[in-house]
Amino acid sequence: MENNIYLDHAATTPMDPLVYEVMKPYFIDKFGNPSSIYQTGQIAKNAIEKSRLQVAEILNAKPEEIIFTSGGTESDNLAILGVARANKHKGKHIITSNIEHHAVLHACEALEKEGFEVTYIPVEKNGIVSPDKVKKAMRDDTVLVSIMYANNEIGTIQPIAKIGRTCKKRGIPFHTDACQTTGALMLDVDKLHLDLMTINGSKMYGPKGVGVLYIRKGIALSQIMYGGGQEKKIRPGTENVPAIIGFAKALEIAEKEREKESKRLTKLRDYMIKEILNKIPKTQLNGDAINRLPNNVNISILEIEGESLLLRLDMKGISASSGSACTSGSLDPSHVILALGKPSFVAHGSLRFTLGRSTTKKDIDYVLEVLPKIAEDLRAISPISL
Amino acid sequence: MNTSKDENQDGSGWVYSQRVKEHFFNPKNLLQGDPNEYKSDGVGYVGSPACGDMMKMWIKVDHITDTVVECKWRTFGCASAIASTSILSEMVTENGGMSIDKAFKIKPQDIVERLAGLPDRKIHCSVLGDKALRAAINDYFRKSKQEGRIVKDKAKVICTCLNVTNHEIEDAVLEGKLTYEEVQKKTKCGTGCGSCKSRIEELIEQYKLQYYGE
Repeated sequence: MENNIYLDHAATTPMDPLVYEVMKPYFIDKFGNPSSIYQTGQIAKNAIEKSRLQVAEILNAKPEEIIFTSGGTESDNLAILGVARANKHKGKHIITSNIEHHAVLHACEALEKEGFEVTYIPVEKNGIVSPDKVKKAMRDDTVLVSIMYANNEIGTIQPIAKIGRTCKKRGIPFHTDACQTTGALMLDVDKLHLDLMTINGSKMYGPKGVGVLYIRKGIALSQIMYGGGQEKKIRPGTENVPAIIGFAKALEIAEKEREKESKRLTKLRDYMIKEILNKIPKTQLNGDAINRLPNNVNISILEIEGESLLLRLDMKGISASSGSACTSGSLDPSHVILALGKPSFVAHGSLRFTLGRSTTKKDIDYVLEVLPKIAEDLRAISPISL
Repeated sequence: MNTSKDENQDGSGWVYSQRVKEHFFNPKNLLQGDPNEYKSDGVGYVGSPACGDMMKMWIKVDHITDTVVECKWRTFGCASAIASTSILSEMVTENGGMSIDKAFKIKPQDIVERLAGLPDRKIHCSVLGDKALRAAINDYFRKSKQEGRIVKDKAKVICTCLNVTNHEIEDAVLEGKLTYEEVQKKTKCGTGCGSCKSRIEELIEQYKLQYYGE
């Protein structure tokens, strides 16, 4: 491939070579099981405890509040199912939003089958959850509120500190899925008034298959997996040592570069959005223009279907993503774009570019050069003229 | 946002067959310019932008030989939908053109075969092409005063995205497809927006009762 411009960092990121380096010894040399009492085991044990401490510091949490999991989906599931089930004697009502990741939404649906009632707060037209609506939805039997920190498709940043404060006053556990925000937004669990937070490794230049669930001390949570006594019995199973080491390193780098990198990406993002809207007629931005992740560009190109766009971009060496039904695997268009009150055809034509550390202005200019032509060609194939 | 791809068949990193790729990047018989200026003998269209797939097809017919001589189209949809329409237009116009009767009988399976296969979840994209073609042929019959040849389908469309009728659902049940999933697999109904699911389930129950007494 002549060009290889990866603009799908919200899907996953390449691993930082520094992360890879720190992981390496833990595959072959330091392979021990952290539960073993001999030295090989204790070396691994010490390494994951050191990682836990590193993560805790960044989140402004205590090390014992950090649980390592297999990734974002498991952390979300553990938070939602675990807290709901542990508190069902207090009530069976949960509040979330209608733009959450499926790891949250489908966990909520599973709880509905167990007799829980879930309120899905509809987002405003700009893709932001109104804290007032969350507050109004709270009931005496509400046992959990889960609102994502930033949306994975449209990048909108949710007012979680405000929501968290209300939850705290009402004594309702508050969880946020922060998978998209590492390296972009502040992760201080006290300032954000969080009780639970999901992070994963694969969106922050770390390894795949590893995540964290932060659980504030005192929050009741039932385990969802059964086995040994690892991770305070909350998450049994032999620890994925190299991945945990990599996770901590990746988070450390992400946090260190956060401010500088966010500034750089915000500029590129705004330039890209402005130029696409300028250069291609009948396009619209999805999600709030300001309260959005520094790396997220999500635009609908009307009259064209997203998968076609992606494949034509792929031929030009550009990797992007779409909310079209044909790329979802489920044949449903993106629930997030529909939640903005936009019709299905807008979702079918949605195109997401998520920038990353390697993205340069030159890359963006290349996209701006080829995208208008691709849109024009596909519109010439399309029978629709809006 | 999920961009999961099916297994590559040839390891090239391309999700579809080479044939699909060829027709997606270089569509054949695409209608160029203003559709109003194209003088066709028949027009047909199926699908809707809301469902994510829409096809429009224009045909020209040699009245003496009763064959399709030109088949132009436009498609809103994914690569497999675009490639399906393109290859269909090639199938009906190659070798001097296909007879109207034969063209009317083209099945989605014929298109998929010519495309050297499609991933399972993309099969439904090929279903629209032959429907659009039949709609265009019927329109030709109407316009050329051959009403007697129109295949009148009094069937009611249940799945508007994929234009699946109650007759097709009935046929599927008669073939022993007794669950929503089985009927869907057979007819592709409900694979668009899915809003027809409950209506289809009702029909399946109705036909089951009618034919199997259960």
